Amino acid sequence: MAKTLSEKVWDEHVVRSTAGEPDLLYIDLHLIHEVTSPQAFDGLRLAGRPVRRPDLTLATEDHNVPTLDWDKPIADPVSKTQVDTLRKNAAEFGVRLHPLGDIEQGIVHVVGPQLGLTQPGMTIVCGDSHTSTHGAFGAIAFGIGTSEVEHVLATQTLMQAKPKTMAVTINGSLPEGVTAKDMVLTLITHTGTGGGQGYIVEYRGQAIEELSMEGRMTVCNMSIEWGAKAGLIAPDQTTFDYIEGKPEAPKGADWDAAVAHWKTLVTDEDAVFDAEIVLDASTMTPFVTWGTNPGQGVPLGGVVPTPSDFEDEQDRVAAENALTYMGLVAGTPMREVKVDTVFVGSCTNGRIEDLRLAADILKGHKVDPNTRLLVVPGSVRVRMQAEAEGLHEIFIAAGAEWRGAGCSMCLGMNPDQLTPGERSASTSNRNFEGRQGKGGRTHLVSIPVAAATAVRGTLSSPADLVSVEV
Amino acid sequence: MEKFTSHTGIGVPLKRSNVDTDQIIPAVYLKRVTRTGFEDGLFAAWRNDPDFVLNNETYAAGSVLVAGPDFGTGSSREHAVWALQNYGFKVVLSARFADIFRGNSGKAGLVAAQVDEKVIQRLWDYLDDNPGAEITVDLESKTVTTPGGEVEDSFDIDDYTRWRLLNGLDDIGITLGNKDDIAAYEAGRPAWKPVTQRV
Repeated sequence: MAKTLSEKVWDEHVVRSTAGEPDLLYIDLHLIHEVTSPQAFDGLRLAGRPVRRPDLTLATEDHNVPTLDWDKPIADPVSKTQVDTLRKNAAEFGVRLHPLGDIEQGIVHVVGPQLGLTQPGMTIVCGDSHTSTHGAFGAIAFGIGTSEVEHVLATQTLMQAKPKTMAVTINGSLPEGVTAKDMVLTLITHTGTGGGQGYIVEYRGQAIEELSMEGRMTVCNMSIEWGAKAGLIAPDQTTFDYIEGKPEAPKGADWDAAVAHWKTLVTDEDAVFDAEIVLDASTMTPFVTWGTNPGQGVPLGGVVPTPSDFEDEQDRVAAENALTYMGLVAGTPMREVKVDTVFVGSCTNGRIEDLRLAADILKGHKVDPNTRLLVVPGSVRVRMQAEAEGLHEIFIAAGAEWRGAGCSMCLGMNPDQLTPGERSASTSNRNFEGRQGKGGRTHLVSIPVAAATAVRGTLSSPADLVSVEV
Repeated sequence: MEKFTSHTGIGVPLKRSNVDTDQIIPAVYLKRVTRTGFEDGLFAAWRNDPDFVLNNETYAAGSVLVAGPDFGTGSSREHAVWALQNYGFKVVLSARFADIFRGNSGKAGLVAAQVDEKVIQRLWDYLDDNPGAEITVDLESKTVTTPGGEVEDSFDIDDYTRWRLLNGLDDIGITLGNKDDIAAYEAGRPAWKPVTQRV
């Protein structure tokens, strides 16, 4: 029977399938961080259960860690306890851990791919909703809660009902200066935050094929923001080239066997999806959010919408609440919105390609005196690579703060937070009320928009910058 | 896990759509390493607003949350479920739940009951007329009812989760009963699949 990519990967991992029960699915890689794991390890201890496959488990510290003074003890005692708990648990249960200060530490979804642990056709889970990032490699990857973390630790499996399948076909090519981030923000405004609920989504079409691995990760990362169980992209030469030579990638004959298998991981021509969305990349433009969920977005060239224009009652109420919270007036051009803080980083846009693009735009410019720019690399490796390329000098010369690796201002668990009423342009993935700090107001943007906004102090694209001789 | 068959408790109207997990419990409250004590973070930002529904004495002891669509979107934090449970909620009713939140609820023993959007509206109307009224959620018959039968409708929950909640069963225990299947699967995994360490 003809199968879609996700059905192939799913079926390869079914340990047990019984009518009336969810499938028992084998998990190839379990990623762990400090926030969603302590209660799971406690559960194991209480039941006297070991970690079944420590060799398929990897832990790092990312959510809670400071991006300044990372060589000193963590100042917040509660954060410190949580990080110490992960260290204690990793030691007790034999789990490989990359702690703060380690060369492989970083955001868990940046670390997996850069180590070469993220490979096509795998099942990957983590107690973090942005696990969908790894789908960029043709893996089924999704976030789980702490009870499921415990389940995977104990059994290396999960009980999962098979989701429906959806194709998101993005035809055409992205115009110059429009990125994967604009593509996925456009999609989410099209579908709403619940449009993907119950589906594993395959992103396909010319515009997807033309994306780098970093761009594909940005798209898959935000699958969860429109409710999809997971999002994935068929592996191709771009994927293989990215993986080859990475520390944990297959070598020699193993590489050949792996690639031979990976090449089978495509949707069969006559396979049928349960649903399909088709978009045209060539009409896309820089896209930003105005509201308090990722589905409330407009083109940067647009205006703050008028709530009464929304036909749906719930959408109208949500828009009214969002404008009040965001302190925005309907009809205001997005380009006139003044921004206090720009955040470049996160598992959405914290990889080396993102930093290169940001540096390229910032080169020769200064950050607006009333705006601060935080640049937070996704991992220590990304930070080191950026420094090797001299990108940090461009950021510092522009007046940006060059930080250590971690989740940082994406979720405000560490000291990197907005103050009440402070407005940010963020390359992260969620603009929920208060997520980046109580009362903080966040606009989700792409890397080019973030960099240009930092220079002008209002939401901007690089086209708005006066060119400088460099 | 405790068995859940039926629950009757004060209905709390939460007239918002897209209640994301950062609203249910902000990240700064996630630093505990236990499963208890998260009630202090529940709807933390909204509880500063004197008009927020849980600040109304009539609803403060509520246990059945009647919420707008797309409840529990965003982060995978099970702390959102624990915060609701720690506060005293046994059931959340919504027209649509985010997948991870729904999964976490089932694992932790909170009933995430999906009903038609019209039923939510009727329950909100009913609670507006009868603040503090109790709502009964029966998992056996998959029904939600108000005392006078003003609202009486069925809800959706997947059969497996329902069965597990009715019997109070631990998922891990069930899976470990299939240990041999897992070992057999592992024996057939390709050698080139990556490992994080040699053990």
